[in-house]
Amino acid sequence: MSFEAPHIEYATLSPLLIVFGVALVGVLVEAFVPRRLRYLVQSVLALVGLVAALAATIWVATDLTVRGDGAARGSIVAEGAIAVDGPSVFVWGTLLLLSLISVLLFAERHLDGGLSAFAGQAAALPGTEAERQASTRGLEHTEVYPLMMFAVAGMMLFPASNDLLTMFVALEILSLPLYLLCGLARRRRLLSQEAALKYFMLGAFSSGFFLYGVALVYGFSGSTHLAAIAEAVNGRIGGQGLLLGGIALIAVGMLFKVGAAPFHSWTPDVYQGAPTAVTAFMAACTKIAAFGALLRLFYVAFGSAERDWTPMIWIVAILTMAVGSVFALSQTDIKRMLAYSSVAHAGFLLVGFVGLHEGGEGISSLQSVLFYLVTYGFMTVGAFAVVTLVRDAGGEANHLARWAGLGKESPLVAGIFAFFLLAMAGIPLTSGFTGKWAVFSSAAQGGAWPLVVIAVLLSVVAAFFYLRVIVLMYFSDPVGDAPAVAVPSILTTVTIAIGLAATVVLGILPGPVLDLAADAGAFIR
Amino acid sequence: MNISLSEAAPVVSPTSGDGVLSLLWLIPALPALGALVILVLGNRRTSPWAHWLGTATVALSFLIGLVAFFQLLGRDESDRSVGQHLWTWFEAGSFTVDLGILYDPLSSLFVLLITGVGSLIHLYSVGYMAHDAARARFFGYLNLFVAAMLVLVLSDGYLGVFLGWEGVGLASYLLIGFWHHKPTAATAAKKAFVVNRVGDMGMVLATTLMFATFGTVSFEGVSELASGASQTTLNILALLLLLAACGKSAQVPLQSWLLDAMEGPTPVSALIHAATMVTAGVYLVVRSNFIYELTEVGRTAVVIVGAVTLLAGAIIGCAKDDIKKALAGSTMSQIGYMMLAAGLGVAGYAFAIFHLLTHGFFKANMFLGAGSVMHAMDDDVNMRHYGALQKAVPVTFLTFAMGYLAIIGFPGFSGFWSKDKIIETAFGESLWIGLAALAGAGITAFYMTRLMIMTFLGRKRWEPGVHPHESPKVMTIPLIVLAALSVLGGVLLLGDWIVDWLTPVVGHAEHHELPLPVIAYTLIVVAVVAVGVAVAWLLVAKRDIPREAPQKVSFVTRAARADLYGDAANEALLMRPGNNLVEGLVTFDDDYVDGVVDGTGSAAIGMSGTFRRIQTGYVRSYALSVFAGALLVVLALLAVNLG
Repeated sequence: MSFEAPHIEYATLSPLLIVFGVALVGVLVEAFVPRRLRYLVQSVLALVGLVAALAATIWVATDLTVRGDGAARGSIVAEGAIAVDGPSVFVWGTLLLLSLISVLLFAERHLDGGLSAFAGQAAALPGTEAERQASTRGLEHTEVYPLMMFAVAGMMLFPASNDLLTMFVALEILSLPLYLLCGLARRRRLLSQEAALKYFMLGAFSSGFFLYGVALVYGFSGSTHLAAIAEAVNGRIGGQGLLLGGIALIAVGMLFKVGAAPFHSWTPDVYQGAPTAVTAFMAACTKIAAFGALLRLFYVAFGSAERDWTPMIWIVAILTMAVGSVFALSQTDIKRMLAYSSVAHAGFLLVGFVGLHEGGEGISSLQSVLFYLVTYGFMTVGAFAVVTLVRDAGGEANHLARWAGLGKESPLVAGIFAFFLLAMAGIPLTSGFTGKWAVFSSAAQGGAWPLVVIAVLLSVVAAFFYLRVIVLMYFSDPVGDAPAVAVPSILTTVTIAIGLAATVVLGILPGPVLDLAADAGAFIR
Repeated sequence: MNISLSEAAPVVSPTSGDGVLSLLWLIPALPALGALVILVLGNRRTSPWAHWLGTATVALSFLIGLVAFFQLLGRDESDRSVGQHLWTWFEAGSFTVDLGILYDPLSSLFVLLITGVGSLIHLYSVGYMAHDAARARFFGYLNLFVAAMLVLVLSDGYLGVFLGWEGVGLASYLLIGFWHHKPTAATAAKKAFVVNRVGDMGMVLATTLMFATFGTVSFEGVSELASGASQTTLNILALLLLLAACGKSAQVPLQSWLLDAMEGPTPVSALIHAATMVTAGVYLVVRSNFIYELTEVGRTAVVIVGAVTLLAGAIIGCAKDDIKKALAGSTMSQIGYMMLAAGLGVAGYAFAIFHLLTHGFFKANMFLGAGSVMHAMDDDVNMRHYGALQKAVPVTFLTFAMGYLAIIGFPGFSGFWSKDKIIETAFGESLWIGLAALAGAGITAFYMTRLMIMTFLGRKRWEPGVHPHESPKVMTIPLIVLAALSVLGGVLLLGDWIVDWLTPVVGHAEHHELPLPVIAYTLIVVAVVAVGVAVAWLLVAKRDIPREAPQKVSFVTRAARADLYGDAANEALLMRPGNNLVEGLVTFDDDYVDGVVDGTGSAAIGMSGTFRRIQTGYVRSYALSVFAGALLVVLALLAVNLG
């Protein structure tokens, strides 16, 4: 039996390979570079790697081959395992940009006495002598950079996977580093470690569902290739049970990752416990990657079975929007509130996803979801970056009561945060509005108008809790000592500025990015 | 199209101009610059020279206007319409609005009136406002007004007119409320503003309707296309424009603000609320002759409004003891004459404008005279406290007397020519309209004679400690000039000059066949005026004038003192129902809307509080919810397939 080496299109896969490469080099840096240099080397390496990957992505994007009828561009590479097409490249670009500004947040050392937000020695038990020593020696974990690079690589692979097994592997590559990152907070370590453990256990649980679903679909179609599955679904004659069960279980795994109800319960706990920089990265990028994969899987592989799965997505979408909007109302922690807000956003994204509008008249569902993901990503990273600034003696002051009167204390920070909140609420002239407009209009054109009506009503409820925070910041007096607003270094400032600029520009001039999303075209099959 | 070209109103088709005519934009730009400089630098920095800057800019505009007028005079009759495109104001799709100037015989007369009388009143104000700390600001506002008024009369389209229209409204508001530390002045300013908004809505709707119908709002376009519109559209357009005119020109039913507007400084009353701004409504109707010529309904409505107002204003003028309010009633009444003439169509347009000009002279003269009297009497406006002033303020008395003779239509004075023509034309149209106009002339003679007697003749009824003195030269010179114009204004009618001059704008009318010879009407009018004067002489001069207004008076007097219940009617018909509506809406908002919103909010928070218990923090229960969710997803998928 002869073994044929697989044919790999290195050039087309270069963005992915660069990020993987940087992650591996980062591990070597941990082993060989002296401790005092590691912070600099690692952060610069990560930044350079991401910029290089972004450049490669742009190069790949300009070089996509047009296929068939011209609706889709790109090619299937790596022996059919990966599809590099318009949507993949669009998602890659978005992920890399957001990862870039997240790395800046990771590298921030001005806010907490010259140290990063990550634990000095994660292995030291909280409250022990070892922890105190690590902290007095000024240790910090620079492993976060390679971990983050692995996660980014996984996130890039996830929506580009053209094969269920590749997709599963990508899911694990992106998840495992995130579990670790969640547990590395310097402050409130028990909370952080609890979050990491919860995330890991529930993530493993949902991965099990996903894998079982893959097995059932393989049982139905005899293949894990999306194209082959699509063919089998199209011409199905029997074995309904296997297919439906498979779709359902894979959906569970996916919906867990996007944080849709009722699979969202990990979100608030993990978002709250994780270091805020990680939360920002995770909230923005995981959702983008997971939605990219969800779109590809359901549009390409299960597209012909849409009648079977749309009612289920409708139910999940309504449930998600309702849970996100209503639960956020009674939150007293700013990060938990933003977590529920991200749940609500997942619901709005699902509305766009299930609109199933092919385009032609107006923008297609795929484009609208991609656009929404961009707007959501920038405002989320920006908002969490602002959260890192409001601090008191115990670190970040995340309790909402501590935000009262912030408008007087620091008009600039409060103003920026209020702007992000307005954007999340979907007020016109912010990117939140154009994003919502895009998904709602494409969904309405796709015929899902009852869902759009519900979504609009629930976005009103959601606006309520965003505005509540604004009222708190501007019209309440501070309780006790006013929280201090720490002055960040250039790194966090740049992150907030980019988030803000993107939110403003996409709100006023969404045209270019919408065109870019439109240029991405359809998935290749 | 059944309207032959000879009957239709002339189409506005301006040609380009050179020389001074290319500098037309300077006419409104100069006062605008003055206003900008004064208002931006502020009262304190500009106070040493602001009054002279303000006067100079208007005087310069007048000079340009004068030269331009003679240029126009030198042109061929068919070529007396000069257009100048300034810039494109805005473009929205197919809707382009160019801001441009239309300088034709009609606007040329207005430019001269506004800048001429405006210069005199500016000059007068230098003396009148000398002791006011905010004199510079006053001149800033005056310049703003003049600039806006010039924009109004020089624009080549309805949108430009609207720009000026709102500008003069703003200036009027600011100037009525100039002494806003007085609550009455502040209230009067607000009232003027609110009542004018009603008229402005007419203007906005008319402009919008024109755009919807013709696709343009320029005079050129609308005058060309007007005959193609449906009769209903033309009727509505005419009525909307009339509503706008009623607001600005204080015609019934939007007359109520003018009497209160007398709270402003007297030069303001003279310039804005007598000579210029309040005539903007007449300008609008005459300028829109290409619309009114096509609608019988519109013209009739204008005539009715004019006739009603001329009588109402005159009756109000009879009962007022406040000298300025008596003059304000007179202004309403005289503008009623102009409206009536404008409503008579081609036969009347020229006479409306003629009366507008002569009225601008003599009414400005009398208002400034009244200001001079107030100046002498320590700002007392009650005529019952005047009397025997002809010796104390001789120049004021003489100039005022010229205005008086002009307004009552004493033969030879300017008002005689202009009013006589209107009454004659009114009789040509209908007996009843003619009789109304005739009655108005008699009542005018009565109340003006009463005013003269109470102010200048009879015995002294002065407040103790008042020592009347003549005003300074800077105030009397404008009075003398205006008095001369009041006397001589009639020359404009020599050889029917003004009629021929305006023919290119408003068209030429065939003379009506009157049942009586023209001289008979003139004699009748003079006779009625004489009766009015005589009655006033018998009732006022021959009796003692009490210092306190008698309370036991006839029903008519009471009604006239209460402005013919105009405010009461507004209150009962508009304010009370409006208040009730607003209160009802507030109650509805508080009790129901807020209730629902608050209820939803607290229900959601309550729900949130209840449901958050699901979020226990235990991984086992989270896992259970994931499992339940998985079950839900599977069931949802299966249910679709089984169903």
